[in-house]
Amino acid sequence: MQFLLQPWPWYVTGPLIGLMVPLLLIFGNKAFGISVSLKHICAACIPSKNPFFKYDWRKETWNLVFALGIVIGGFLAWNFAVLHNKTESHVAQNCVTGKSICTNPIYNGLNPEARLMFKTWGITEHYQAAPEQIFDWNVLVTPMGFFFMVLGGLLVGFGTVYAGGCTSGHSIMGISQLSPASMIATAGFFIGGLISSWFIVPFLLEQFLK
Amino acid sequence: MKLIKFLILGICFGIIMVKSEAFSWFRIHEMFHFQSFHMYGLLGSAIATGMVSVWLIKKFNIKSISGDSILIKPKELKWKANLLGGIIFGLGWGLTGACPGPIYTLIGTGVTVFIVVLFAAVMGTFIYGALKKRLPH
Repeated sequence: MQFLLQPWPWYVTGPLIGLMVPLLLIFGNKAFGISVSLKHICAACIPSKNPFFKYDWRKETWNLVFALGIVIGGFLAWNFAVLHNKTESHVAQNCVTGKSICTNPIYNGLNPEARLMFKTWGITEHYQAAPEQIFDWNVLVTPMGFFFMVLGGLLVGFGTVYAGGCTSGHSIMGISQLSPASMIATAGFFIGGLISSWFIVPFLLEQFLK
Repeated sequence: MKLIKFLILGICFGIIMVKSEAFSWFRIHEMFHFQSFHMYGLLGSAIATGMVSVWLIKKFNIKSISGDSILIKPKELKWKANLLGGIIFGLGWGLTGACPGPIYTLIGTGVTVFIVVLFAAVMGTFIYGALKKRLPH
């Protein structure tokens, strides 16, 4: 029982993620990939004459259902299988009375060096898996909210269709099939991510959190 | 009813995203600062498992449960698009701390403001569609 509530080590979860590839192939003859759901949402919801979005998205409903499943899975795991709330009542009380002293296994499992870095970035609240000082409805209409949520989301959506996939479609599915396109894209993900994490994010937090 | 299996696989994936902590903004930045092996081990072992699976499926010509041959469509190589798109995606990945899988997961875990991130990502995809012809591919 304790094991179910703790975070699982990477050598358990990594292979489980990798198993999505054969499971989707065998159960539905589908290629693992999540970002393509963004394109289907465009095709389904935004009226457009653009041929890029003119296709029968209904044939790809499976992908949207898969995405919906991820939301449900996230809800189930967070509420019933993470050691932070109902199961640990004293922690839950602390969380209600003062968020900053909340114990969050997702934060405590980090390398101390990383926690020190986040502290120097000005991040003191970490009850959620994404810091609530940045990712919160109250922050949304501020410049910080614009950069991290709106611009960040735009870049993710734009970059992923441009590259032809995301971490699942390229880095996992694509590299699994030894595709050169996916290796180039994954190199790109890391180049962009390194620039973002070393320069852009610390710079923005310097402006907004201090 | 055919869709139920995809819902179940999605639920499994969402649970794994939480239990692996791959949906955490903190883990992503820890990874980009090379402070922990966690994310590298996670991605590496996921790729290794996927690779062996694809190899086995091809080698033994394994059929899908409906009896069809399994078709693995090759990813189209357009190196400019793969690289430039990849870099743009990476910039956003660092800001939001989430690629599309974790965006859906975070919404489920109650960080509901990620609905806005999802909406922005859909807009980003739409903007790409509009500019596609003018971009290098």
